[in-house]
Amino acid sequence: MLRHLLEGLRRPLTESKPDIDPDLAKLAATLDATARRRLGRSLAIRQVDAGSCNGCELEIHALNNAFHDLERFGLHFVASPRHADVLLVTGPVTKNMREALERTWQATPDPKWVVAVGDCGADAGVFAGSYAVVGGVSAVVPVDLVIRGCPPTPTQLLQGLLTLLG
Amino acid sequence: MTGLQDLLKQGRPVFGSAPWPRHEVDIVVWERAIDALAAGTVTLLSVWGEVGRAHMALLGEADPCIAVLSLECADLVYPSIGRLHPPAIRLERAMRDLFGLNPIGLPDTRPWLDHGRWEGETPPAASYQFLPVDGEGLHQIPVGPVHAGIIEPGHFRFTADGETVVRLEQRLGYVHKGIDWLLAGAPIARAHRIAGRISGDSTVAYGLAFSQAVEAALGIQVPPRAVWLRAIMAEMERIANHLGDFGAICNDASFSIMLAHCAVLRERVLRCANVCFGHRLMMDRIVPGGVDADLDPDRVGLIRDLLAEIGARFPPLVSLYDNMASLQDRTVTTGYLKPDLARRFGAGGYVGRASGRDFDARRSPGYAPYDTLAFTVPVRSDGDVNARVWIRIEEITQSLSMLDQLLKGLPPGDTVTPFDPTGAAGEGIALVEAFRGDLLIWLRIVGGVVERCHARDASWFQWPLLEAVIEGNIVADFPLCNKSFNCSYSGHDL
Repeated sequence: MLRHLLEGLRRPLTESKPDIDPDLAKLAATLDATARRRLGRSLAIRQVDAGSCNGCELEIHALNNAFHDLERFGLHFVASPRHADVLLVTGPVTKNMREALERTWQATPDPKWVVAVGDCGADAGVFAGSYAVVGGVSAVVPVDLVIRGCPPTPTQLLQGLLTLLG
Repeated sequence: MTGLQDLLKQGRPVFGSAPWPRHEVDIVVWERAIDALAAGTVTLLSVWGEVGRAHMALLGEADPCIAVLSLECADLVYPSIGRLHPPAIRLERAMRDLFGLNPIGLPDTRPWLDHGRWEGETPPAASYQFLPVDGEGLHQIPVGPVHAGIIEPGHFRFTADGETVVRLEQRLGYVHKGIDWLLAGAPIARAHRIAGRISGDSTVAYGLAFSQAVEAALGIQVPPRAVWLRAIMAEMERIANHLGDFGAICNDASFSIMLAHCAVLRERVLRCANVCFGHRLMMDRIVPGGVDADLDPDRVGLIRDLLAEIGARFPPLVSLYDNMASLQDRTVTTGYLKPDLARRFGAGGYVGRASGRDFDARRSPGYAPYDTLAFTVPVRSDGDVNARVWIRIEEITQSLSMLDQLLKGLPPGDTVTPFDPTGAAGEGIALVEAFRGDLLIWLRIVGGVVERCHARDASWFQWPLLEAVIEGNIVADFPLCNKSFNCSYSGHDL
């Protein structure tokens, strides 16, 4: 039985590295060179949902499946902000999550980058203007990279994260 | 025994509510309805408010099986439902936070969605009082709102006696985005986009429920082809989510190969959806009046290939699950939900059906095209994590069969009925079966815009039950119990 199951994964499903979007690459070139040297070719990512509808989370999860296999690029998700180099933040930041996001950011050691994910992370999307929403991620913590989309596809997420590695 | 019909006889019907009636009632009838809920002769579908008025939606047995009772709240007070019927407590706390209606006699008067931050201030951490716990050797474990995994935020306060959880108290509301008030006054098109983002994993179900409610309110007939295409999307969404949950539950028992295999199958469903409908999660594809997508024969073939692939690859995974003693050791008898609690809370989806509640909105009250499809609704009474896994397994099988029937019977014709929202008015209700359970949307349209729209995710009645099932289990089994429920934070926090 186990042999049969392993068989299913033997033909590799993993797809080749996506091309980097030139616009994103330009953006990444402006990132702090010292930090880039320090963080090298491996990034520990802490995902923070600051108000998302959970659509972005589904696609971030998909980065771990056999097709996208995020870890082959040296990118991996960690359980604590204290282990993280990158905060991957989704959602319009709600007023009820603002403090939790700030404290997560403060708990992340320098050098660190913040990536805002999704149209909501960029500018609060369809939830902009609500009494319960602060705004996009940059309204609360400094943002280094924005990956738009509702939700962004795993390929778009991968393209964005790979630009951080340069 | 007061049934739904008796209650309706004593109220005054409101003109223009479709497809089920809404009656204005006085305080005596409102109290009688609460007694009927407490006695279990009717089931609570939802409670919501608007300025100066409280509503409850009830599910009964005879025709009409669904009705809304409304009470005018002079002085912004009304008799609490939660006083005698606990499933209403959180809904009433939320309604007080959002609409300032005070439920007289509500046993728990703490705010729920309002964390005291909407005006911009930051309240001291201790301003929310968790329930007191007293006992020798008990310790507390606070978890969240930021969790260790890639999941939504919420706070869990565990009280444990050694390894054993003696109480879990949830505090939710962290992702409250103000959806009720964003929808109020929104044009139909804008409200539709917001409704599709109440809970991303159920975006098809929300699009469907919102569209059905608008169509009911405005008397719009949807072309048959659109009805079929909607069901195809809804079943693809269900399969994708159930596959994800099946893998994730096994992964929480450290059996990660199941997650690897299920994630591949799930990805295949999403890729197929992307090619067929232009979006991996099929967001915004169901629109009021019909669908914003069509299937040509080539794409029908792609869905057929997908069905064949899942049909071949899924059964070996199921036997692996069933024959793996180390997995069964974790899931069997863990997180037991008593059938009586499931019934009282009107628990929807796999949570209710794994604990003997034989309810599926696709069958009853039912909506097209499910009345023309052959399918069974799996029900079990063992109520543990294993039972909730098996309900999902059987629902995947049922959905594969439904998709096969839908592709065979896909009628030709238009995919959308155009309508002009200018000046349109009416009230509509929809109850559709999302992957995690029945989803209710009620709305009123005035002058072509949504005056008030209320969405009640299945999670509202499932979250409190998760507190109940974890009692007596070890802390390490919480992730398994939690994942077997897979409640939506966003769908609940609104």
